[in-house]
Parts: sequence; structure tokens; C-alpha cells
Amino acid sequence: MSSHYEAPIRKPLVIGDKNFHDVTVDVAAPVEGRANKQWWIAFSIALAAFLWGVACVAYTVGTGIGTWGSNKTVGWAWDITNFVWWVGIGHAGTLISAVLLLFRQKWRMAINRSAEAMTIFSVIQAAMFPVFHMGRPWLAYWVMPVPNQFGSLWVNFNSPLLWDVFAISTYLSVSLVFWWTGLLPDFAMLRDRAVTPFTKRVYSIVSFGWSGRAKDWQRFEEVSLVLAGLATPLVLSVHTIVSFDFATSVIPGWHTTILPPYFVAGAIFSGFAMVNTLLIIMRKVSNLEAYITIQHIELMNIIIMITGSIVGVAYITELFIAWYSGVEYEQYAFLNRATGPYWWSYFLMMTCNVVSPQVMWFKKIRTSIMASFIISIVVNIGMWFERFVIIVTSLHRDYLPSSWTMFQPTFVDAGFFIGTIGFFFVLFLLYSRSFPVIAQAEVKSIMKTSSDKYKRLREEGHNNHSH
Amino acid sequence: MYTFSSRLKTFSFILMIVGVLGIGYSFFTAPKDINDVEAILADQHGHHGDAHAEAADHHEAKDAHVQTADHSEAAHAEASHDAHGHAADAHAADAHNDEHHAHLEHVLHQLQNKPWAAVYVAALFFMLIALGALAFYAIQNAASAGWSPVVFRVMEGISAYLIPGAIIVFVLLVLGVMGTHHLFIWMDDEVVAHDHLIQGKSGYLNGTFFLIRAVIFMGGWILYRQYARKNSLAQDEANDNSYYKKNFKASAAFLVFFIVSESIMSWDWIMSVDPHWFSTLFGWYVFASFVVSAVTVIAMVTLYLKSRGYLEYVNTSHIHDLAKFMFGFSVFWTYLWFSQFMLIWYADIPEEITYFITRINDYNLPFFGMVVMNFVFPVLILINTDFKRLSWIVVMAGIIILCGHYIDFFNMIMPATVGDQWFIGAGEIGAILFFMGLFIFVVFSSIAKAPLLAKRNPLIEESKHFHY
Repeated sequence: MSSHYEAPIRKPLVIGDKNFHDVTVDVAAPVEGRANKQWWIAFSIALAAFLWGVACVAYTVGTGIGTWGSNKTVGWAWDITNFVWWVGIGHAGTLISAVLLLFRQKWRMAINRSAEAMTIFSVIQAAMFPVFHMGRPWLAYWVMPVPNQFGSLWVNFNSPLLWDVFAISTYLSVSLVFWWTGLLPDFAMLRDRAVTPFTKRVYSIVSFGWSGRAKDWQRFEEVSLVLAGLATPLVLSVHTIVSFDFATSVIPGWHTTILPPYFVAGAIFSGFAMVNTLLIIMRKVSNLEAYITIQHIELMNIIIMITGSIVGVAYITELFIAWYSGVEYEQYAFLNRATGPYWWSYFLMMTCNVVSPQVMWFKKIRTSIMASFIISIVVNIGMWFERFVIIVTSLHRDYLPSSWTMFQPTFVDAGFFIGTIGFFFVLFLLYSRSFPVIAQAEVKSIMKTSSDKYKRLREEGHNNHSH
Repeated sequence: MYTFSSRLKTFSFILMIVGVLGIGYSFFTAPKDINDVEAILADQHGHHGDAHAEAADHHEAKDAHVQTADHSEAAHAEASHDAHGHAADAHAADAHNDEHHAHLEHVLHQLQNKPWAAVYVAALFFMLIALGALAFYAIQNAASAGWSPVVFRVMEGISAYLIPGAIIVFVLLVLGVMGTHHLFIWMDDEVVAHDHLIQGKSGYLNGTFFLIRAVIFMGGWILYRQYARKNSLAQDEANDNSYYKKNFKASAAFLVFFIVSESIMSWDWIMSVDPHWFSTLFGWYVFASFVVSAVTVIAMVTLYLKSRGYLEYVNTSHIHDLAKFMFGFSVFWTYLWFSQFMLIWYADIPEEITYFITRINDYNLPFFGMVVMNFVFPVLILINTDFKRLSWIVVMAGIIILCGHYIDFFNMIMPATVGDQWFIGAGEIGAILFFMGLFIFVVFSSIAKAPLLAKRNPLIEESKHFHY
């Protein structure tokens, strides 16, 4: 697909003295080996958080959503904040696998598998918030335009909330297919190496009978490209439609035309931060430093810096145009964001999202693992506050001053959110021990052009020729 | 080395001469006073033969320009909206006469604006193409793209037009501030005195600050262009990659400057012709429009040079990639067009919706026609892999895209400046031809000044061997 020549100034994407077989062994190792103590500790913490979340959700369902802090003025608060936050995090996975595939970025191959897993796991978390916000989640299927046997019930096609249902379910299904398609040859690799009949059985089922014949590969390449083409508009549409939830309304601070592209940029921003958080840990724990190199982390940091700056430009644009518009409501909404009772959340959003990624201009910082990890956490916090600022500060000053109020989260709000974080990590930790976390078949396809070892061999070959 | 063929040079001069004639004609035939206007309107009505047209027209006097004090709060187009509602109660003879007079005055201003607006749209469009090519070039540099270095010299050549283009646009802006033309009504003290909304913005929308911003932005872009070109040529003869590295850093810095200056530029030079209207997305929307035009021009110039036997290392894969960017940016443009339009349409707030009401009422064909030209057509044609490698298809699609985006800029400027008096006549076509001629002359002169291959760029081998 891509050219076989690579300029000497390009840095290797696989470092160390790795040959093709080493890739197989290294990728299979976490699956074939036994979990160490750290894994069990992390898993236990995640599981405890998850169970706490289950308890809070059970309480919500049993008692009603009055257990949350939302009130009649601030009708949307943490639930939608968390929903948007999780959907946003999901974006980086598709972006890495689809958009970077279209742009022929070879460095995506080491990270796309985990990024896509993260997408799927975080979209699952996101979906729970609207479902449990319904109060009666067993009727959740009413958001689908099902044949109308319930009287006059019918979904409202004019509502962006319904568009969300379609956008996110389509997105989840396409992402899942894309992820699984890429997994087929790697599952087959695990199947072929399996020792016990049980694992052999499981991996042969999940690899859909992959045979590794040329025809399999040809179809694999074709379907990857088609899915990448489909996923690219999809990933952009999802967060665009999430932004429509707010922007179609006539609420100052929500109704602004820049929201769609700015939400997408913000989603990519937070998604890459989460990928960095996860992979910085995983490369260490699963001994994958040769594949997920400093170069990969640096490139992700650069994307975080670029998208952070785009988001920053959007913040400033909103602020300026609010003044420029001459519309008092707009002007007040933004003044209130910056200087009202929630000024601290606006301040956190600005520092975490706009200021903190600017340190990535320094090569020393963007190639430092510790700094990258810290910034990735800071960005995740900042992006959560961005959604909080947009949602809560716009709502808490209603058109009627008599309705002005503040939002006070309850322990249930917090528990549900912590529970989704726990659930996310439960899924991710299980994934990291049962799935090939690096797309080894793809990495092998770039070994000859981009690995340290083959680059060196080629160099030596050149020298021998000239002598 | 490319030599600027005398045939192409002659062609560019012919374009410029015909263009000047067209522009001159449109200035010459613009009405001088309201008597001319009355004659023109009478003529129009005669053609239409519509008894109601006159009544409706009278009420448009209230419309557009905020010249009448009592309407200063309402945005432009709003009045044409209520025009029909008011049609019934305009009976009193005096009021009728006054209104008639005001209306003639108003149409006179629109018709006098028309040749200026025509020149302004074309001047801006071609300058922004050069700026778009420069931004695209900066992105290629900053991203260390491996496919594109064989067309770097083409991009550099196109960006050469930025200098004369920016100077012309700047002169037009200065003439506006001096009061020679009335494209920007907020520059008219009389209007501002009666307009509460514009008064609120005068800290930003005032002649001095406006020109200072223009100088900073244009100066910054030209500075980067000259610096990057100098380094790019120096890299050809260098022994190491130091000039390449300098360009890498300069490109990253330029892109930061660009993302800020581009947005503000679009508010200043385009959005402010409708001084009441605002949209946060506007800057990025304008960017999408000119960057797709710029990539199209890069592809077309590359194909032209290739057809003349130059650019030996450019293969169909490079054309394919350029066509992919034409496709991709067309979709991106549509995405932003739709976002801006749909959100304003859906919310239907008077402050914002007036913008689209004018366009849908008075510019229906160009407004929706450009969506077909800029979205439907490129998507249908360029989605096909094989088509993206065929020169004639890329050129055909390119012509449609360029015409479509010219109309996009036309739709941005004209409604606020000439209202419903628009048509594409000698002035508009003349302005396009003149600037096209100048563009061809400057761009190909610049391309002829340096070797067509950036031979010592560290990524050039990758680009030469590029095969998709």
C-alpha cells in the first residue's frame, strides 16, 4: 500500500534488535503468561469502583433520578457531562485507526488496537448515562422508531437527541466491526500458538477461521480501507451530533455555530490524552517499549498540542464573538462563565486544555514519559470540566432570574461516574490479558521499512556495496 | 528549469486587458444619480411587467443598509422580510414620495457599490488562493509529509501571488476607510451615528485598528512566504539539512499565526460587510472555502506543467493524492457550510437568520447552486479512485470547484453590498479575468525562477518513489 522507500531522517518505529518472530512472541506474551501482582491490584481496584457504580445505578433505578443532584433549572448536569466526556474519549480510537490509515501514518500500527478497544469501552460507558437518565431504562428501546403498538408513541425526528441514538449506535457497530476485522489475523496467530485445547477452541472461534491465504489478506486490506472510509465521516458525525444536542437550542453559550468542529477537535484532544494515559502504563507493564516508543508518545503529544490549540482558538472565538455580537444574553453568558460563581471550573478548563498542552512545544517535555503522563491526566480533567462549564454554567442562570440556582452533585452522581471509570478499566484490563494488544500483523508489514534492525541492515548493505 | 511560454504570457496579458475593459465598463455605466436609477428600475419593471413589483420595491428601501435611523436596530435583510407585511399600509402620498426617494437613493448606493464589490470579491478570492496554497505548503512542511516535496515548487510559485494580491486587497481596504467606496457601511460615520449595535463594536470596527490588523496579518504571511521560499532554495545547494529544519520550525510557527490571523481576517474583511451579523464558525468556514480552491489550483498547475513535459517525478499517485485532498476539503467545506446553516436555520433567532433569509430570497440560485457545485458534484465525481488519476477529470472537477467557491465568496460579499441588485455582468467577469491574468502571470513567472525539483529536500527521494 505505501511506498517501500523511507527517507533516512525518519526515526525507526520498532526499536531494538527485533525480528519477525520476536514480534509474535512479544505480542503473545501477555496473553500466554500469567497475570502479575500489579495487574491483580489494579483489577481489584477497578472492580471495586465498578461494583460501587452498580450499587449507585441500582439505587437510581430503584428510587428515581431524584437521587441525582440535577434540579429543575440545571436539568442536565453530571450525567450529560460524563456522557459527552466518554464519547469524546472514544474518538481517538477511530481517528488513529481510520484517519491515520487514510493519511498513511505508519506509526498508528503500534497503537491502533488499544485505541480502538478504548473507543468501544468508552462508548459503552457513555451510552449508560442517557439510558439511566431515562428513569425507566427497561423502556430504553422506545428511543428506536419501533413499530407503533404503544398508542401514539413515536420518536421525534426533529430532535438531535434522537440523531444521537442513531449516530452513536452506528458508530459503535462500525467501530466494533473495524476492530474485529483487524483482530482476525492476530487472533489466528494466538490460535496457532495455543497449547491447551480450550484456548485453541476459543481463539479459533473468534478468528472466524482465518487461514492466512493470499485471498484472505487481499480481502482484509480491501475491507480495512472501506471501513476506514466509512468510519472517518462517522467519527466526525458523532461528536458533531453530540454538539447539536446543545447548539440547536436557543440557550446562550450553547447556541453557537462553531460548536460542531470544536467539539470534534475537543474529542480528538481528550481521546489522544486517554490513549497516552493507557499506553504509557501498558507499554511498561506488558514490556512493549520496543513497539510503543518514545517517538509514538511524542507524536501523540504533538496531536494533543495541536488539537488543544484548536480548542483554545475556539474558546477565544466564542468569547470574542459574544462581545462582538452585541447580544446581551450572549455577553452575559460568557461573562458569567469566566467571572460567575463557577469561575473556578472555567479557569480549570482554560488552564488544563489551552495552557497545559503548550508545554509540548519543548522537545524535552514531549519526549519525557513522566511529563506526558501527567499532561494526559491534566487534559482529561480539563476536558471533563469543559463539558461541565458548557452544560452547568449555561443552565444555572436561567432566563428567569427567580430560577437561578447552583448545582450540587450527590454521592450517587459521583458513584455512577466512578463506576463507569471502574467498568472501563475492568474491560481494558481484561482486554490487555486476552487480546493481542498490538496489531502484530500490521507491525510486521512495516518491519522492513521502519524497524531499527532492518534500517541498520540496509545501511550496512549500502556501505558494503559502495566499498 | 521551466520557461514561461510566450503563449501563456500573452494569454495572461489578454486576460488582464479584457478584464480591465470589463471593470472599466462597469464603473462607467454605474448610475451617477437617482434619475439614472429611476430609468434603470423603470426598465426592469417594464421587463417584468409585474404590477406588484413596484410596491414591494418601495419597501426594500427600509431594507439593506442601516441608513434609515429607525431601522438601525434591525439587521439588513430583515426589512425585506417585513416588506410584504408593511406593503398594505404605505398609502399616504407624502410618505410614499419620501420612501420612493429613499429607495432610489438606496438602490443608487447599491448600484454604485456593484463594480467595487465585483473587484473586491475577485481580488480577495485570488489572494486567498495564494494564502491557501501557502498554508497547505506549511502543513506539508510541518507534518514532514513524504509524498508532496516534488510539488513544493508549484506551491511556492502559487504563493508568490500573495504579495501583489495582498497589496491590491490592502489598497481596496484603505480606499474603503477613506470613503472612496461603501462596501463596509460601518466605515460610514453617518451610519454609525444612528446605529446602536455598530457603536457597541466600534472599539473593534474602526478604520485605524482595521488597517493595523490588515498590515500585521498580511505582513506576517508575506514574511513567512519569503523566508520559507528562501530556505527552500538554499536547501537545494546545502550540504546538510539545516535549511530544511529552519523551514520546519518556521512552518509550525506560521501555522500558529495563521490559525489566529485567518479567523480575524475573515471577520474583518468578509463578515463585517454585514456588521450586525455574527457567526463563530465563520473563520473556519472561509478557510475551508479557500483551501479547497488552493489545492485545486495546485493540482491544475501541476497538471499543466506535467502536460508541458515538466515535473518528471510527478506521477499519477501524486495527482491522486491532490485529488483526494480536493475531495476531502470539499466534504470538509460542506460540513462547515451545513453546520453553520443548519444551526442558524434550526434556532431561527432574528439576529442570525436574517443572513440566510436574504440569501435564500434574493440569491436563491447562487446560494443553493454553489452547494451543488461545491459538494454534490465533487463528491460524485471524485469519490471514484480511477477518476482521481485522470487528468481531464481532475481539471473538469477543478473548474467546477473554483467556480463554485468564487460564487461562495460572491454570496458572502454581495448581499450586504448590492442587495437584490446583483447580476454577473461585465464588472464581475472582467474582475475575474483581470485577476486570473495577473495570477497566471505572477505565478508562472515565479515558477520559472527556480528549478522545479527541490532536489536536496531530505524527503525528496520518498516523494520521487511515491507510489500508492
